[in-house]
Amino acid sequence: MNVGLFIPCYVNQFYPQVAIATLQLLEKFNCKVGYPLQQTCCGQPMANSGYEKLSQGCNELFTENFAGFDYIVCPSGSCTLHIKDHLHSHKDEKTAASIRGKVYELSEFLVDILKVEEVNAVFPYRVGVHQSCHGQRGLHTSQMSELVAAPFSKINQLLNKVQQIELVQLNRVDECCGFGGTFCVAEEAVSARMGQDRVADHEKNNVQVITGGDMSCLMHLEGILRRKKSNVVVKHIAEILNAG
Amino acid sequence: MFIVIRLNHSPLTIHHRPLPIHIIMTHNATHPQLATAFNKDEARVGWHDETLWWVRQKRDKAAWALPEWEQLRDTASAIKQNVLSNLHDYLVQFEQQALANGVKVHWAADAKEHNEIVHSILQQHNVTQIVKSKSMLTEECGLNEYLANNKVEVIDTDLGERIVQLANEHPSHIVLPCIHWKKEEIGELFHQHLNTPEGNADPKLLTAAAREHLREKFLTRKIAITGVNFAVAETGEFVVCTNEGNADMGAHLADVHIACMGIEKIIPKREHLGVLLRLLARSATGQPVTTYSSHFQQPNAGQEMHIVLVDNGRSVQLGREDFRNSLKCIRCGACFNTCPVYRRSGGHSYHTAIAGPIGSILAPNLDMKKYADLPFASTLCGSCSNVCPVKIDIHNQLYKWRQVLTEEGHSPKSKTVAMKVMATALAKPGLFKAGGKMMRWVLKYMPWLVNNKMNAWYKQREMPAPPEQSFTEWYKKNRT
Ligand code: SF4
Repeated sequence: MNVGLFIPCYVNQFYPQVAIATLQLLEKFNCKVGYPLQQTCCGQPMANSGYEKLSQGCNELFTENFAGFDYIVCPSGSCTLHIKDHLHSHKDEKTAASIRGKVYELSEFLVDILKVEEVNAVFPYRVGVHQSCHGQRGLHTSQMSELVAAPFSKINQLLNKVQQIELVQLNRVDECCGFGGTFCVAEEAVSARMGQDRVADHEKNNVQVITGGDMSCLMHLEGILRRKKSNVVVKHIAEILNAG
Repeated sequence: MFIVIRLNHSPLTIHHRPLPIHIIMTHNATHPQLATAFNKDEARVGWHDETLWWVRQKRDKAAWALPEWEQLRDTASAIKQNVLSNLHDYLVQFEQQALANGVKVHWAADAKEHNEIVHSILQQHNVTQIVKSKSMLTEECGLNEYLANNKVEVIDTDLGERIVQLANEHPSHIVLPCIHWKKEEIGELFHQHLNTPEGNADPKLLTAAAREHLREKFLTRKIAITGVNFAVAETGEFVVCTNEGNADMGAHLADVHIACMGIEKIIPKREHLGVLLRLLARSATGQPVTTYSSHFQQPNAGQEMHIVLVDNGRSVQLGREDFRNSLKCIRCGACFNTCPVYRRSGGHSYHTAIAGPIGSILAPNLDMKKYADLPFASTLCGSCSNVCPVKIDIHNQLYKWRQVLTEEGHSPKSKTVAMKVMATALAKPGLFKAGGKMMRWVLKYMPWLVNNKMNAWYKQREMPAPPEQSFTEWYKKNRT
């Protein structure tokens, strides 16, 4: 299986360990992974700020980079959702359309496509899961607290296979962390407060590690944790599934 | 419509209150500015958030008690969608039925016409004092101010609305108008205006005082205004939902009943109430149904009944394909209670009559320039769309409004420049690599360049620790 590795721009620059873990994990599950070296960004920062039109350059580049893979996998629900919903190409719309249909966030790829039964990982910590909204409510990687429907969570399903991990139940299972792209600076006061409240929920429940499928949310929470010199750390699910 | 006085542990101090909305409105403050002011009082933000979250949880409980909940939402959405597709016909049918029932029907193209129509009815009866039950439409139209300028005294009879009215404020929430007030503050307000004992914030005592105060108004006012929750096309009747019975008190005791409604309040048949009434109160407060769901069909002997049907931008919104279905809204307020931004910025930060997520997609239709900030007052988390009983895709419309507002030139120039720079850098792999490398270098060797007051991120958050190399650099060394 020929998998294209799509690494969000900020993960590439600031969290290479998350990209490395994603790559190694996919390799462990026998995927043939290609990483297009010319990739940059999905264009979401512009689009969510009201400048979707300006993201066309990113769109064309993305379409060129990721043509010809069986699947495209990304360790971010938000970037995946953006490509799924908004990738269009003036030059090659056919390829863009096919990419929209085969781009997957890491946990949904592991569960739905690879149908992973076992992960060989050990992680002896108390872990709180941050359900990132775009993965959860956008890609439906887990049931949402607003809906009257049977519970499921692809992330938890995977984490439950990790040895010695202790998953912690939070008071608010799927409240937004307040990152929101440019929202985090445009609405600084509300964004920071939302992040502080999210962190407090994890701390109240004695979490040691906050994990999730989106490094952008975790970057925001990490910024808050480090400011208050908390002992709690953040780890992307790829890092946990690849641990030990 | 409802009031929640939560029996809780709040301290007995009177906090600095946010500015009244008419001051906010004339100062052109934006959502981020008003939200920043609201966030100065950290304890209050926590209290506001918890109070509304408690309402959201009550809604969840009520929803989970009905296995058919999602089916109800689908059905309600379909009913309202049908209304929007056939609005003209249903309105004509409603008018015919209402006229046949002996009701006087008025049509208002905008807020101004609405206010003039109401005022002219008052003038015909030589009335200068009226009671009014909850109506977000009259808030939207600024009726209270208009009538005050014309020397008419309006008493809001919904307890929550009366509280904000005494305080010279506007509602901060469409269902819970005074949700931003603590009971101790209400005690203080009532002490000043209604002579309740100083320092007494017992909800029972305060409610009793309000009841006595309002009873006198009900008995002496000759004209009562009410809102409308649903207007039934097949019968010409309309339904008003309250928990306090204040709409009924007003309408039954007055000689003239004026009901004001937006044209989107129409539903085709009475039987559709079986779906919509089940959803409304459950979504709003978690109650199975409002205490009063009163049907008004024709005037009592010796009384007059008027209905004012108001457009005020609704037909324009109906013509905007991407935003049309925002008109399905039944004003339950669930999207407010679930919104993590609303809970932490308060209703007044939206500087519009209808705040919250739904207000943020309705307001730009009325005035793009004035409300250009509102579609950005969201993380696009999508919780609003999930709780909405009529399944409005609120968060998608927030995204779409952002595009429209930017296209129409309502985005700050500095932002456009920054976005263009970013778009160029991200479309060129070479520039992206160089830029990323520079950023990591700066974070490492010159952190003061970003770790300062100019950087909104840094105010309450640390910057990420810069790694030695990017993933691309690592990949080149290790895999190629
Ligand atoms: S948009 Fe939906 S959730 Fe929000 S007030 Fe209207 S009906 Fe209720």
